[in-house]
Amino acid sequence: MAYSRILGTGSYLPPTVLSNAMLAERIDTSDEWIVSRTGIRARHIADEQETTSDLACKAAQAALADAGVAADEIDLIVVATTTPDMVFPSTACLLQEKLGVHGCAAFDVQAVCAGFMYALITANNYIKSGMAKKALVVGAEVMSRILDWQDRRTCVLFGDGAGAVVLGESDEPGILHAKLAADGRYKDILNTPAQIADGKIQGMPYLHMDGPAVFKFAVKALSDIAEKTLGEAGMSKDQVDWLVPHQANLRIIESTAKHLGLPMERVVVTLPEQGNTSAASIPLALDVAVRDGRIQRGQTVMLEGIGGGFAWGAVLLTF
Amino acid sequence: MENIEQRVKKIVAEQLGVNEAEVKIESSFVDDLGADSLDTVELVMALEEEFECEIPDEEAEKITTVQQAIDFVNAHLNK
Repeated sequence: MAYSRILGTGSYLPPTVLSNAMLAERIDTSDEWIVSRTGIRARHIADEQETTSDLACKAAQAALADAGVAADEIDLIVVATTTPDMVFPSTACLLQEKLGVHGCAAFDVQAVCAGFMYALITANNYIKSGMAKKALVVGAEVMSRILDWQDRRTCVLFGDGAGAVVLGESDEPGILHAKLAADGRYKDILNTPAQIADGKIQGMPYLHMDGPAVFKFAVKALSDIAEKTLGEAGMSKDQVDWLVPHQANLRIIESTAKHLGLPMERVVVTLPEQGNTSAASIPLALDVAVRDGRIQRGQTVMLEGIGGGFAWGAVLLTF
Repeated sequence: MENIEQRVKKIVAEQLGVNEAEVKIESSFVDDLGADSLDTVELVMALEEEFECEIPDEEAEKITTVQQAIDFVNAHLNK
């Protein structure tokens, strides 16, 4: 039986940093308010000319270099994004062109902050079924483009960035088990409902969130799917070396870890410096912890994410 | 076995990071105990867990004091 495993990781953050203090100069907020409620201290913001596929390309090149895989060896590109460069073509096709390769399958996955879970599991299934041998899986976002910078409840939460992994065929796992879920009944508590029609943007083009409702749903859903994923894999939480959660809110991360019974020393947290980068946050956090030596080959890692939809998922893997 | 009042007070103290002696029956989570909006959500979740019940959002909004939390649990457990 073929498995897939992560051959390399990479990430990219645009150089411009926006601190809480800088935000407090523009809107009625404070470093103390933002830190105590979210854990976020700063976020990176893409330059005006920089698009999601630009960020994706830099993260992808770093992951390819880390894996020692040439771009033309890739036979599948999956990009998770909720802020694509354009209506179409897909960001994956634009990324493929920027990487200078042609012909391989390329498409986007839209599951907002859970996008990387959906993309990774999709690529895993392509490899396990023999349809692909080496896949590039990227989460990339310019969330700053869909924020209302006058709305202090939401604009302080998000940042831009990209993370990527190269997933390759392997005799050994790799990805051990994974689960995805969605529930459209919760569409109204987290959304950006605008659409393009008649040559205009119709509806609200800014991110809307009911924070407390999202918090409650997220903690329950993440704890539940992590437990189910472990249970179905026949593993216990004691065997998990690292939890790499979606980075939305430190209190969601702490609450989820507490429900799972995992100490925070085994949880990777990049939120303070990066904010919530939506589909990019999990591969960004993974790359940080791999590069700083925390996550080692052979260790067991649980990735989990949740976002608008609601859509959520978890992946249990041997790194 | 502790009574419901003691169990509720203990959870409130734990969730809001205050001394149990500070938690009075009439204490308001936000005004007296310094809770913010996420603290109150976490508190409701902790109550749900402790008393093995579901507190719907419209009910949860009405629970703003220790007394109201105790009343909700009593009403629920009597059913």
